Amino acid sequence: MEILVCIKRVPDTAENEIEVNRDGTDIERDDLVYSVNEWDNYAVEEAIQIRDKVGGNVTVVSVGDENEEEVVRREMAMGADQGILLCDDVFEGSDGKGIATILKAEVEKGKFDLILTGAQADDGAGQVGGMLAAMLDWPFASLVNKIDVIDDKKICVGREIAGGNQEMNEMDLPCVLSIQTGINEPRYVGIRGIRKVASVKIPVHSAGDLGLSADKVGKAVAGVNRLDYFVPAPGEGAEMLEGSTDEILDKLVEILKSKGGIK
Amino acid sequence: MSGKIFAYILHRQGVADDTALELLSAAKKIDPKASVTALVAGSGDSLEKVVRQISPLFSEVWKIDHDSLSYVIAETVRPMLARIIPKGSIILVPHEHFGMDLAPGLSIKLDFAFVSDAIDFEEIMDRKIKLTREEFTGQVSTHVSCDISQGAVISVRAGAFKPAESPTYGGKIVDKTSEALEGGIPGKSRRYLEVIEAEVGDVDITKSDILVSVGRGIEDQDNIDIIHELAEAIGGDVSCSRPIVDAKWLDKSRQVGTSGKTVKPRVYIALGISGSFQHLGGIKGAPFIVAVNKNPKAPIFQVADVGIVADILELVPELTQKIQDMKS
Repeated sequence: MEILVCIKRVPDTAENEIEVNRDGTDIERDDLVYSVNEWDNYAVEEAIQIRDKVGGNVTVVSVGDENEEEVVRREMAMGADQGILLCDDVFEGSDGKGIATILKAEVEKGKFDLILTGAQADDGAGQVGGMLAAMLDWPFASLVNKIDVIDDKKICVGREIAGGNQEMNEMDLPCVLSIQTGINEPRYVGIRGIRKVASVKIPVHSAGDLGLSADKVGKAVAGVNRLDYFVPAPGEGAEMLEGSTDEILDKLVEILKSKGGIK
Repeated sequence: MSGKIFAYILHRQGVADDTALELLSAAKKIDPKASVTALVAGSGDSLEKVVRQISPLFSEVWKIDHDSLSYVIAETVRPMLARIIPKGSIILVPHEHFGMDLAPGLSIKLDFAFVSDAIDFEEIMDRKIKLTREEFTGQVSTHVSCDISQGAVISVRAGAFKPAESPTYGGKIVDKTSEALEGGIPGKSRRYLEVIEAEVGDVDITKSDILVSVGRGIEDQDNIDIIHELAEAIGGDVSCSRPIVDAKWLDKSRQVGTSGKTVKPRVYIALGISGSFQHLGGIKGAPFIVAVNKNPKAPIFQVADVGIVADILELVPELTQKIQDMKS
């Protein structure tokens, strides 16, 4: 099975406090720790497991600047067979539809049976997979937490729906799936693994390579534009307990007792 | 504005979802004078029940009634909607598991703009709508401009808009089935099989009155013990947020959130939980919330009653000790 996984490099929210810069045009990006989007990492692991079971190839692809290379390399160290970077000034300012358009152009250069994306990334939109599927006229399922390959024509897919329930579907290949966290346990990638792929060449495809130009992707044609970042005026918020640890704990125990939080 | 505003109605067993009235409020925020049209797809008696329930609330109800929609799959209904939606419309869809399936692809099929997970709307100016959404798990917000000149599909966060108060429009019911089926029954490449119900765990956290809930801040599986010890000391049960279940450190039956359990305890102690809207969506009944988190900007502090900025790995064992001393 030929599998393409679309990945993104994002600030790691578990490692960073995200703050808005002074004029609200961006977040403070100095000193941020970046990593591969968590959902995408599950998608790559799933792709590797499918390949190991039924054979084939896993390709990871990322749209962005040269900084993306580190996450592409990381996912190759994890076990992806090859990586591709889609990189061009023309791509800058693309909205979700623009990103899906760029990916579609790359998909059409290959012959893929299955495309995986993360269910969402740092912007929480969860849009590119569904858009890409619609552009390709391939079936789509979001929030996938189980994949069983039936044969080379169809797969069985579980989706996470409300209340911890799982919706099972049979889908024809080729198709696009967005992967939910928890579908597997992504393997650890050590320094040695990264070193092994350090010199592997990662091809970079430009707008020209993909037959794209500024009338199809990028800022000028984006129907959706971010105007600013801001921190919403805080509501009343929590009563913050301060002081020494002992004082804090005494206050907390007092409050818990009064609210019926200690039996 | 000139185009129509549609609200996509989710329903189960003949009853419309709570989001129906929330989408109506959201539509009124976009344009207070808008006549809002409900879009509802399904089949037979259960669809009829939903249509009867919502028709007084909307100006119009457009229904698609077909056997292929007895369990509605986005792949089936999306092409049908694309056949009946006029150019220049705004379509509001709830941002949850069905909306995530349906909405992005629908925007492509209609050649409309798409914005997901909107939490507020501002004025329409120059055929652009300004809306608010969140990024980085709610740590920062953004204003987004969306060009609606061709039309727009916008998914709306559940709970972000107060339900409209029993409006009465006496909606006209329009049967769009034959138009929606022109060109055949779509969606055969994805076939619904069944829903597998969540397994019942050893503890039913939906019935607990005190929950000690743990999130990513616990850092390691071996540290989970300190949470169990605290829960035992105060006489509560242990629940958790999604990353803990993803890591398989606790059972799925202990997960609080829209994709887990909905809980309604008296006291909810959130330890190392940032407070994503998916997690908060699973906490009902306005419990007293205590939050402990290293990050002073964690969204959980916006909804908690009492907050402490601290590392749970240090604070929790000391709290347990204090409670044990007090009891002995």
